[in-house]
Amino acid sequence: MARTIVITSGKGGVGKTTTAAAMAMGLAQRGQRTAVIDFDVGLRNLDLIMGCERRVVYDFANVINGEANLNQALIRDKRCEHLSILPASQTRDKEALTQEGVGQVLDELGKTYDYIVCDSPAGIEHGAVMAMFFADDAVVVTNPEVSSVRDSDRMLGILASKSRRALENDEPIREFLLLTRYSPERVARGEMLGVEDVQEILSLNLLSVIPESMAVLNASNAGNPVILDHESDAGQAYADMVARYLGEERPMHFLEPERKGLFSRFFRG
Amino acid sequence: MSLTTGVPAKDQPVGDPPASSAPAFELKAAAFIMPVIRLLRLDMDAVEAQLMPKVQQAPAFFQHTPVVIELSALPSEDEEVGFPQLVGLLRGLGMIPVGVRGGGGAQHEAAKAMELAILSDKTKPVKTSVGDDVAPEPAVAAQAIGSPVGVETGSHLIDRPVRSGQRVYAAGGDLTVIAAVNSGAELMADGNIHVYAPLRGRAIAGLRGDTKARIFCSDLQAELVSVAGHYRVSDSIPANLKGCLTQVFLDHDVLRIEPF
Ligand SMILES: Nc1ncnc2c1ncn2[C@@H]1O[C@H](COP(=O)(O)OP(=O)(O)OP(=O)(O)O)[C@@H](O)[C@H]1O
Ligand SMILES: [Mg+2]
Repeated sequence: MARTIVITSGKGGVGKTTTAAAMAMGLAQRGQRTAVIDFDVGLRNLDLIMGCERRVVYDFANVINGEANLNQALIRDKRCEHLSILPASQTRDKEALTQEGVGQVLDELGKTYDYIVCDSPAGIEHGAVMAMFFADDAVVVTNPEVSSVRDSDRMLGILASKSRRALENDEPIREFLLLTRYSPERVARGEMLGVEDVQEILSLNLLSVIPESMAVLNASNAGNPVILDHESDAGQAYADMVARYLGEERPMHFLEPERKGLFSRFFRG
Repeated sequence: MSLTTGVPAKDQPVGDPPASSAPAFELKAAAFIMPVIRLLRLDMDAVEAQLMPKVQQAPAFFQHTPVVIELSALPSEDEEVGFPQLVGLLRGLGMIPVGVRGGGGAQHEAAKAMELAILSDKTKPVKTSVGDDVAPEPAVAAQAIGSPVGVETGSHLIDRPVRSGQRVYAAGGDLTVIAAVNSGAELMADGNIHVYAPLRGRAIAGLRGDTKARIFCSDLQAELVSVAGHYRVSDSIPANLKGCLTQVFLDHDVLRIEPF
């Protein structure tokens, strides 16, 4: 049985698509058969970040409407044989994704893949609800600022009540926190929330802290998931994320500015 | 113990559905918690003057909240109630008046003309010692939305964080929470509420009017605390209690918040 992972957030632009691409690539590179699906109908950009935008013929909506079969729509990644991408439709309206249709596609993917990573649009609109409904695991992508944290909290509440697992009284979705665009310098200056502040409010299993990094922009311009940039801080932080998701223990990196100081902040009164 | 009786419906087919069509809805009975505005006088200007400051104290408490207008405390069932003014006033303050309870025939006709439901009077509200005309006295109890809490047993334990937008209600007993209650979340209990983690949302104890109910918590940062309809919002909750064991209780109609 495949595990379905939804990459979600309350607020937009926090780094979901960047994360979906990195996590899918990371899992595939570790030999896990992985499919990554773009649920952001009308705003597709997963294919751009994956660098396969010129190979899109059919999309997710075509499959749901029976206009193409799954194998025709799946794009096999050229860098990693275990990875496939199911792009979103750029033209259809959001209602193209029906719950029944999404369920069938996930079932079929589940026969040949180990992990299905769902890149969700932000918020609680139709596409986001569809992306989270069938999830087994959820990665809640959060930036270290109050509004993002609060929206994540709300998303977690919705995950706990509106998903298939909740409605069928199944074991709840496993929820993970991913902090992205983290800048230790700005945390030290008090301009951003620190890891511990966010953890205190959300009390979730923290998968990784991805630093604010130029490497992300460079990677998406090049159409390479940033996890492939082994030299970069963000690439390494995403590699840690995948390792921890698969159960490895690794110390957290990239929490401190140049040297000293961050933790002393938390321990004063 | 519910006001909205609803229709007991067990998979009752509605007409003869075509063989292929899956059922599109289910008819179910549910009961809801709603604040009740018990009118003591017919002077709507006075109601307006007294209600405004209450709402301004806790606007979020009333925003989009369905409310019931209780007529039983009015001196006479024959006198005309100024429904148009009252409904306009409630809507203007963000509330959604849904129905009336109590009162007599002519009053009911006037209420119907304003699209208000006439709610059954079977369950008398639990009398509280609230001496306040328009305190949001919660009069009806049932399971709240959003959270998987049973209504059968007397007490409830919640061991996962209660998130913004979630509501948990323990009917007929105490509610114990051993994980954080975040800003925007709401706890309600007919009895006491215990929170052994930061309480950042709202806690409403003694929902059905039990003035002996208390709220105990290990880290009070609440947006609102209430016992039997007496409430305080965060502005009037002392800030220096953050991180200490605190209890909230009623002492002769005064809501007290004290460390212990
Ligand atoms: N760690 C990071 N460092 C620097 N920039 C980043 C980082 N993560 C994401 N970004 C940038 O933030 C922007 C938004 O990222 P992304 O598209 O992944 O977010 P999203 O959550 O998918 O957005 P949407 O809600 O619109 O789908 C992009 O320009 C991306 O390059
Ligand atoms: Mg995106």
